[in-house]
Amino acid sequence: MPSDLALPARAAPRETGGAWILPPLLVLGALFFYPLALIVGQSFTSESGVVTPRTYAAVLGGALFRNALLHTVEIALAATAGCILLGFTLALILTFVPFPGARIVARLVDTIIALPTFLVALAFTFIYGSAGLLNGALMQATGSHVPPLDFLYSAWGVILAEITVYTPFIMRPLLASFSLIETAQIEVASSLGAGAGRIIRQIILPAAMPALLAGGSLCLLLTVNEFGIVFFIGAKGVITLPLLVYDKAIQEFDYTTACVIAVVNIALSLALYALYRTLLGRLGGARAGMV
Amino acid sequence: MSDAALAGTLDRSAAAAQARGIAGSGIGFDGVTVAYKGQVVLERLTLDVAPGEIMAVIGPSGSGKTTALRAVAGFVRPVAGRVRIGETDVTDLPPHARDIGMVVQNYALFPHMRVSENVAFGLRARRAAESLVRQQIESCLAMVGMAEYAARFPRQLSGGQQQRVAIARALAIRPRVLLLDEPLSALDAQIRRAMLGELARLHRELPSLTVLYVTHDQTEALTLADRIAIMRDGRLVAEGPSQHLYRRPPNRFAAEFLGRANLLPVALEAGASEGVLTRVRLGETVLRCMAPGVPLPGGRALLCVRPHALTLAADGTAENALPATVRAVEWQGDSHSIDLETAGAPIRMTCAPLRDPPPPGTDVRLHFPADEATLIPADAE
Repeated sequence: MPSDLALPARAAPRETGGAWILPPLLVLGALFFYPLALIVGQSFTSESGVVTPRTYAAVLGGALFRNALLHTVEIALAATAGCILLGFTLALILTFVPFPGARIVARLVDTIIALPTFLVALAFTFIYGSAGLLNGALMQATGSHVPPLDFLYSAWGVILAEITVYTPFIMRPLLASFSLIETAQIEVASSLGAGAGRIIRQIILPAAMPALLAGGSLCLLLTVNEFGIVFFIGAKGVITLPLLVYDKAIQEFDYTTACVIAVVNIALSLALYALYRTLLGRLGGARAGMV
Repeated sequence: MSDAALAGTLDRSAAAAQARGIAGSGIGFDGVTVAYKGQVVLERLTLDVAPGEIMAVIGPSGSGKTTALRAVAGFVRPVAGRVRIGETDVTDLPPHARDIGMVVQNYALFPHMRVSENVAFGLRARRAAESLVRQQIESCLAMVGMAEYAARFPRQLSGGQQQRVAIARALAIRPRVLLLDEPLSALDAQIRRAMLGELARLHRELPSLTVLYVTHDQTEALTLADRIAIMRDGRLVAEGPSQHLYRRPPNRFAAEFLGRANLLPVALEAGASEGVLTRVRLGETVLRCMAPGVPLPGGRALLCVRPHALTLAADGTAENALPATVRAVEWQGDSHSIDLETAGAPIRMTCAPLRDPPPPGTDVRLHFPADEATLIPADAE
């Protein structure tokens, strides 16, 4: 073929990759990094406008903060553990123990995810509160003048409400993960002599570990930062970091202290997220393409 | 590993397996019926698999063959009938109490466990002593030629290697029976042929092991099985020793499902019985063939002749010489396939490659030995 009939060489694509990064960076900067920087900056600024770390020393050394940090971690860990236990059990039943309506129940899980968290707290007040349905019925039945159930306005009430709200966050990835487990694996394990417990421990749990970690860590992050439930239940003596930030900023107008606590809260969240990534990597998340 | 060393290992493994007393239990279906949501998928199956026998259950999709296997495994519960393993009625036993080894189409290896852990799974589930577990891992992996792969994960193995591990895992628990559910269908043709040879060798090493082999591939069934059961629409339609079933299919479905078959409509000649042979008429031609094992209503029947039983008749051949016209000739590398027409019916012959195959339109005469042709009822499938 004569060379003059050859097609012209294709023009090299223009270097436009850098420009595409700008819009998302601008959005992120405006909505996330700038407010974050403001909070961090404020946390190091005294009332007189001097940059100093002294507020950190004062806040971190205070009993109120330590109490709030302890409550935050305790409630988050307990609620997450409850969510994992309940979510794993429910997902297991919905997937492997066929019963009429199982699919509908699985769909209902999604609707709970869509509900605002304070709504559950409100519902709990109606049901388990001192003047709630359950206590009313029990008082009528027993003739007592004191509500027999008195757990709602304590850390247990918060934990129970958080378990109710966040269990679907564990169930959803677990249900997806369980649906990928080959039935043949379970059947072969059973034919080899394994009972239900061994199959759950050695076949189902390892396969579901990345989903369990993903759901669990999400649950942990959400419960660490949960505000609506704690605020709405108003449990006596149960102050968490987000609630403390609210108290300092809105009720006491102490913005510097509020920002210090917020920074600690953010650091706690990031540390938990880093822990999750590490665990996921060690427990097979890399194989599942999750790290 | 050298061939001699490999053979030595196999011998030792086989001897060990025998010494451990792998199996020797047959399987029995006594009128087993299975239904899903009221729909019968296996109907009154009665079938016995003798101890040490390989029984292939074949049939098209939805014929009930896998359901039959799952009934033995305990994954489906019959609505009627009983399932036996050896002398034990296992109908009401859970799968883990049935003492079976099972290998499935997609291997179902546990992906997070190494090969050795996969093989050990059943033994550990049965709380076997760790010394026995180690010994069994070694001997079973050696038996399937996978000893060097003990530390690998399933994802690091090829399909054929995964299948070998699945077999080792099933044999490690010394099952009474081995259930194979389409074990080779996920493999490519070349590896499938090699694995067929491996399975045959394994059974020679463990002759007392009873095997129920479900497949839709008639070549696998004919190659491996002592006996074959053919299923259709949830029913057993034919059963017998492999060669006998192939050469003397009892009905049209069995004839057509188990290899290629020419089915020619013929009429019985009156008073034609000659002991095991008889005479039939196809058009103007009288042919000799095996006498039917069942009554043929109305004297009408189908003459079943396998394509490879046909030859081009030499001049002067008088008996079973069938005039035919060549319609098409296909060269298939190691054989020739020739489509012909005789008395208005299509007929196919296969033979070793011909130097000068007859071109289409040529009139030829076909011959077949009388004992290679059998009669089957014309009105039943």
